[in-house]
Amino acid sequence: MQQQQIERHTISVMVDNEAGVLARVIGLFSGRGYNIESLTVAEVDAQRHFSRITIVTSGTPMIIEQIKNQLRRLVPVHRVTDLTIEAPSLERELVLVKVKGAGEKRVESLRIADIFRARVVDSTIESFVFEMTGSTEKLNAFINLMQPLGLIEVSRTGVVAISRGPEAI
Amino acid sequence: MATEPITGADIVIKALVDQGVEVIFGYPGGAVLPLYDALFKQNQIRHILVRHEQAAVHAAEGYARSTGKVGVVLVTSGPGATNAVTGLTDALMDSVPVVCLTGQVPTHLIGNDAFQEADTTGITRPVTKHNYLVKSINDLSRVIHEAFHVARSGRPGPVVVDLPKDIQQAKYEYVNHANQRHRSYNPQMKPDRALIERAVELMANAERPLFYIGGGVVNSGVAASQLLTEFVRLTGFPCTQTLMGLGAFPASDPLSLGMVGMHGMYESNHAMHDCDLMIAIGSRFDDRVTGKLAAFSPGSKKIHVDIDPSSINKNIHVDLAIVGDVGHVVEDMLRVWKARQVKPNGKALAAWWDQINTWRARDCLRYRPSKEVIKPQYALQRLYDAVKNRDFYITTEVGQHQMWAAQFIKFEKPYHWLTSGGLGTMGYGLPAAIGVQVAHPEALVIDVAGEASIMMNIQEMSTAAQYRTPVKVFILNNRWMGMVRQWQELLHGGRYSESYSDALPDFVKLAEAFGWTGLRATKPVEMDDIIKKMIETPGPVIVDVAVDEKENCFPMIPSGSAHNEMLLGPEDQKASPVSEEGMVLV
Repeated sequence: MQQQQIERHTISVMVDNEAGVLARVIGLFSGRGYNIESLTVAEVDAQRHFSRITIVTSGTPMIIEQIKNQLRRLVPVHRVTDLTIEAPSLERELVLVKVKGAGEKRVESLRIADIFRARVVDSTIESFVFEMTGSTEKLNAFINLMQPLGLIEVSRTGVVAISRGPEAI
Repeated sequence: MATEPITGADIVIKALVDQGVEVIFGYPGGAVLPLYDALFKQNQIRHILVRHEQAAVHAAEGYARSTGKVGVVLVTSGPGATNAVTGLTDALMDSVPVVCLTGQVPTHLIGNDAFQEADTTGITRPVTKHNYLVKSINDLSRVIHEAFHVARSGRPGPVVVDLPKDIQQAKYEYVNHANQRHRSYNPQMKPDRALIERAVELMANAERPLFYIGGGVVNSGVAASQLLTEFVRLTGFPCTQTLMGLGAFPASDPLSLGMVGMHGMYESNHAMHDCDLMIAIGSRFDDRVTGKLAAFSPGSKKIHVDIDPSSINKNIHVDLAIVGDVGHVVEDMLRVWKARQVKPNGKALAAWWDQINTWRARDCLRYRPSKEVIKPQYALQRLYDAVKNRDFYITTEVGQHQMWAAQFIKFEKPYHWLTSGGLGTMGYGLPAAIGVQVAHPEALVIDVAGEASIMMNIQEMSTAAQYRTPVKVFILNNRWMGMVRQWQELLHGGRYSESYSDALPDFVKLAEAFGWTGLRATKPVEMDDIIKKMIETPGPVIVDVAVDEKENCFPMIPSGSAHNEMLLGPEDQKASPVSEEGMVLV
């Protein structure tokens, strides 16, 4: 068996929105030693009680295949889609960043936020809360730039993803 | 079809009856009193009272694995449920269909650390195929029926239904949801036809083919075993079985190479290493089979047939994966093989069999016989000889005796060999034997045990006495946890840390204390008489066989080694120390 490269995959899992379903998914990852880089979940179809879980994970191609098959084995799972390979897809994440400071740093943070098209959603004399959506990389870049400008708190959603084009997965 | 409102407990009983349940293994307690009351008032379902909840699950496994039906367990909340966890894990690892009903504190007390409360669905989530907490009486009949469907279909497994006490007492109408389609769970039974064609193509061109069949064939049913047997015979290919697959192909057939794996046959393991086409059917490339992964069957193409897609490409990358039920897959393979009038490469196959026969000639199960002490292998040979013409079932505990039983007792059909393969649960054999005997009252059911394992569920002697299940416990007593000791010799310089079975009971007196018959053999000449007496004695019997304390189990692939690096006996063991890499493996 040749050494396999570690790959990062974004997997979308449609599940019945019932008690314990998230615990099943998370328990599967911890119990079998798979990575979770991010995980998001919310109900997406109230009438049919569907929730959509988006998981960003990493592993060798063999492990990624295992993860998908193990997910499909869970009884309340309807569909597992590997958005990284099955379809061209979009990924977005939302972040809230709190920056505290005064003077030139405060002005600079506002300037950079403007460049990144972040919005100010809360403001005091000595702080801002910025809201921004984008790819994980873009969010990381923004957070890094805010670090020396008084960043004191970060809250981010994790990745949500959807396939491009007219077809639904 | 709706009816008058009845209690939740009665709904459960009705659903069980509609599912064809005839027997439940269980133990009562506060949180299941309404269910036990409902059981009391009916006479369609028999209840077997075990002495520990772990044994209830093993007994249900024995019942299930010897009949092909779903085994049913009923235990109370808290300790009742936690005691069942080992059994549930065992059923998950060996794909045994079990429905386990657990009591729970009333819904309004859940989360309050109430008396005998445990988070049963939380605890059992990783050790079940699926589990349910019924929070509304409206869901109850659907959930019970769904639990049976999930337990028995696809790759079978254990399902827990947690039933709060107030749900058992609430009233609602019963609806028979049997055969209702599930909205998300829908295992693939029928294989892709194109893949079957490719598989047959590969088989037609193979020069050194090998069938490697496992417990999935047994789970697929008696018909699947028969189809597979027909197919293997049609091809003329050799066929090796896993520990769980013993009986899926007749052991007496010349095409059978016997068991594969760590303590498997020399010819099986060498054939696996040297084959050019491996046809894995209902087997899962378990580490006890593959040995060192990097050296596993290096020159072969591999076909893998499994109903569970997550078994495929998990440990070993295969060239052709076929998802589907073994019965359907083999049926299709047979049809294609016949339609194409495939003629395998006769010349290559003859050479392959020549090679296999030279491996067979090593006679890997050979041991040094003795007139003074009973060799465990000898005891089992005599046992097999005495039972082979009867309707017999063998269960085992876990350890050396288990491997010897797998080596020396031959199985011609499925459902007759019951052992804890995946989890390796000591204490499995006695309760499993009771479960088998409940399902087959007239059969000869023997638990081949070790003196250490049998102590782990020894309390079940009382269950056997109560229900007059005439199980026979055949203890190969070497006064050691033999497999632990064997590994300590192999890996830890013979430092026998805690592996001596000290302060053992007198098993003959113990048998008498429980109302059983106790027998003892200490010399080889006594074996046949004792075995005869064991079989002829009505009622349960313990046979304490004092075997050679020093005997170890061979052949063996030491951990971290390849299939062609087998140890055939104690001399080999001394000659080849285990690698550092092998030391860390289990």
